[in-house]
Amino acid sequence: MYSEKVMDHFTNPRNVGEIADADGIGEVGNARCGDIMKLWIKVEDGIIQDVKFKTFGCGAAIATSSVITEMAIGKTLEEAEDITNQSVASELDGLPPLKMHCSNLAADALRAAIEDYRKKHAITA
Amino acid sequence: MSDIYLDHAATTPLRPEVLEAMLPYLSLEFGNPSSVYGAGRRGHQALDQARDTVSRLLRAKSEEIIFTSGGSEGANLAIKGVAWAYQNKGKHIITSAIEHHAVLDTVLWLKQKGFEATILPVDADGLVSPKQVQAALRDDTILVSIMHANNEVGTLQPISEIGAIVREHGAFFHTDAVQTAGILDLDVNELNVDLLSLSAHKFYGPKGVGALYVRKGVRIDSLIHGGAQEKRRRAGTENVAGIVGLAKAFELAQEEREEATRHLVQLRDQLLEGLQTIPHTKINGSLKQRLPNNVNVCFQFIEGESLLLNLDLRGIAASSGSACTSGSLDPSHVLLAMGLSHEIAHGSLRLTLGRDNTREQVNYVLQEIPEIIERLRAMSPLYHA
Repeated sequence: MYSEKVMDHFTNPRNVGEIADADGIGEVGNARCGDIMKLWIKVEDGIIQDVKFKTFGCGAAIATSSVITEMAIGKTLEEAEDITNQSVASELDGLPPLKMHCSNLAADALRAAIEDYRKKHAITA
Repeated sequence: MSDIYLDHAATTPLRPEVLEAMLPYLSLEFGNPSSVYGAGRRGHQALDQARDTVSRLLRAKSEEIIFTSGGSEGANLAIKGVAWAYQNKGKHIITSAIEHHAVLDTVLWLKQKGFEATILPVDADGLVSPKQVQAALRDDTILVSIMHANNEVGTLQPISEIGAIVREHGAFFHTDAVQTAGILDLDVNELNVDLLSLSAHKFYGPKGVGALYVRKGVRIDSLIHGGAQEKRRRAGTENVAGIVGLAKAFELAQEEREEATRHLVQLRDQLLEGLQTIPHTKINGSLKQRLPNNVNVCFQFIEGESLLLNLDLRGIAASSGSACTSGSLDPSHVLLAMGLSHEIAHGSLRLTLGRDNTREQVNYVLQEIPEIIERLRAMSPLYHA
């Protein structure tokens, strides 16, 4: 039911963990529906230098969290904000239809982290 | 180590002896049991024999057995059948919150059609209380349906006691015995049931065939019309090979029951003991009133599907009550009915043992699971070591 890419990110998730001195933190989802994603970002000169994640959730939730860290690192904040849940799914060669809604939250988590960064650093987009 | 199958509550492999018994009816003996010539008569004979076997094992009469397409049809036929046949007497049905959806959804469908339903709660162990059944009975109650053993947490319900109460009241009693047939000895008189449904593929028989016991004198309306088969209660040319397979598998299970139970209990307890050593782990369901082959646990801070995928990568087949595996947004209705929070229910794991499982396999599983749990917890934002 999952693509090879999903299973690759699920079995070898990239950038798992926390960033102690993170510039922004985003958390989305809730335990009720079974998916919680938390992302930490490190930003320098408007560019995302590092992303780490922790996720409680199914295979799709873990794989989307993992792949978005790779997609976001090296991007400007504006570029990173353009990443959508749909593009995350495409990067993984697609997700099962049921997972598109419930476990495909990584882009939301990233945007939440960027928003948190902007709030803390008082920069308006 | 080769693959380890720990999902026997979902289905079981067909036993070679059962396949062998079925094969003639899939090839040379293809006759329609309703035909008058030799091939038809031989098919009919095979059906008669199978019916005799099943009724003997249930301590029933052969005319009280209806062959069906499986457990879901059995439950539908029992519940809708009684509901339609007795709707002039009353329109109230009682069932429990932890039934299989074949029962629960059927009762809810009848509710939409103008029947009334009482869905009884269960306690934290997953048990239905006979007192609550007693209290829920009304003058217009026509049917009570309580499962014999729960398919997720393996709890054994006090069927005999509930059956006595329902009979005393004058209503009919159906039990979904899909999880107990082939594992426990089923005596319809001791159980005080009027209807009992079972499915062959849960006890090493073929898929797509089941049986419904209907006590003599209990009327049911048909779901499928169009022929005189099964005493006009279930039309359609009989699945002869499947029915022969069901009877053979049921007979073998009964013959080997005591030995099988000892084997299953030993492995189950080994699993329960081993899993309990993992921190933040909760065993679900009564430890006393429990199927010999069921283990159900919740590991806090992790989600069930990611656990199943990890187990699968290590060659272990199991199941979970997480939302992802149920195909809905909510986790298991059984665990929620037992009072577990959504968060904890998402992290459930069900391991159901079978005759081919070994001690070595259980050892391997107990070695792999803690590693997987630790890995997933390290990744979980809910876990703070």
